[in-house]
Amino acid sequence: MQQLSFLDSHSSWTVTDLTRHLRELLESDEVLQDAWVQGEISNLSRPSSGHIYFSLKDSGATLRCVMWRNAAARLNMPLQDGMAVEVHGSLGIYEPQGQYQLYADIIRPTGEGELYQEFLRLKAQLEAEGLFDVERKRHIPELPKRIGIVTSPTGAALRDMLNTLRRRYPLAEVILAASPVQGSEAPPGLVAALQNLDRIIHPDVILLARGGGSIEDLWAFNDERVVRAVFASKAPVISGVGHETDFTLADFAADLRAPTPTAAAELATPVTVDDLRNYLEDAGSRLKAALSAELDQRHYQIDGITSRLRYFSPVRRIQTEMQRLDDLVRRGNAAQAHRLALSSANLRGLGQRLGALDPLGVLKRGYAVLSSKDGKIVSSKGQVASGEDLRARVQDGEFEVRVTGLED
Amino acid sequence: MDKPIEELTYEEAFAELEKIVTLLETGQRPLEEALALFERGQSLGKRCAELLEKAGLKVQQLSGENLESFEEE
Repeated sequence: MQQLSFLDSHSSWTVTDLTRHLRELLESDEVLQDAWVQGEISNLSRPSSGHIYFSLKDSGATLRCVMWRNAAARLNMPLQDGMAVEVHGSLGIYEPQGQYQLYADIIRPTGEGELYQEFLRLKAQLEAEGLFDVERKRHIPELPKRIGIVTSPTGAALRDMLNTLRRRYPLAEVILAASPVQGSEAPPGLVAALQNLDRIIHPDVILLARGGGSIEDLWAFNDERVVRAVFASKAPVISGVGHETDFTLADFAADLRAPTPTAAAELATPVTVDDLRNYLEDAGSRLKAALSAELDQRHYQIDGITSRLRYFSPVRRIQTEMQRLDDLVRRGNAAQAHRLALSSANLRGLGQRLGALDPLGVLKRGYAVLSSKDGKIVSSKGQVASGEDLRARVQDGEFEVRVTGLED
Repeated sequence: MDKPIEELTYEEAFAELEKIVTLLETGQRPLEEALALFERGQSLGKRCAELLEKAGLKVQQLSGENLESFEEE
């Protein structure tokens, strides 16, 4: 019976069907389609097609791997046999050979994943402790007198920073505290450099910098000791580690994060020597303008005061009085003249009237005055006797006359 | 106002210059004082300009507890 059932065509697979079935099983398993596998590279082969073939193995097993040309072009590290790596990809079956294999899309050195996990753990811990708090970020001084630099004395980073500082703000004094920036000596070296600068130099700002490199090269700047030293620094710290895309924990703890060492030097000198020249020019103009304004103000006041002074001046009053006097005199004279004119006219009238009353005036008109010898004016015939001599007075003299023809 | 102008750093000189400008701009002060402030301001401005002209980045290296000159490559 067993024999028969074995021969039953409905209960047997073709190799192709079986293989396809297995392949579908693998490809429908989400875990196997998004897997990280670690092992050691062996049998590495890179034919001219651009695809990469290798095996991953450890002490107990071997896994065939393929990396297609497109993914291989994105590799950022050279591969070689014996290298310990972690490979990401999806599991499938190469049907012609019945070979299950890993179709790789990412390869990274073993340990990077662990490093990253450690990075995240430490970041969370330090963040919880408040080392990255935005509120504690300190202000970067605008005119730093002393700029401390913590970096390698031989790297391009230092040269870039010095050039930038020299160009932007040569008034500063730069003090380098040299330290290794990668390897196991880097963290204690960086910590000592930061502490020494603070303790001995008291810089206004510290640049903590390193040029670009692999993530391992930059790892010292994720070291907890270094991060805590950045946090503890008395001077504000500007970090400029690696390239723009690199973020280290020291960056998070720094008061200001610059994408590169050059940018760190720029951020440390927010005011440049050109700005200073402009400010200086401006201050000079303002100084002159302020003094002119002061003087103008005084002239204005002086003008105001002297015009008031003139108004109330005794000179002015005297002038006024003199003018009034002149005026009075003028008016007085006019009145006087008028009076005199009037008087002389009156006088003439009076004279004429007097003349009319003068008895001598009558004589001029041909009359004569008679008087007796004893001087009495004769105005009646009763006063005289016939033959009596009288004196007659005419306009221009006297003579005697005798009374005759006296009637009774 | 006490330190001789030729001993002032750029920052000190400029800070005082700014103070003087502000003083002159905001207050009525005795003429004699205003003139003295102006003259002081002019000297400070001159000092600043001189310092800017001759400024050159000074680079030193911390070696132990001491500072020594740093030779750039």
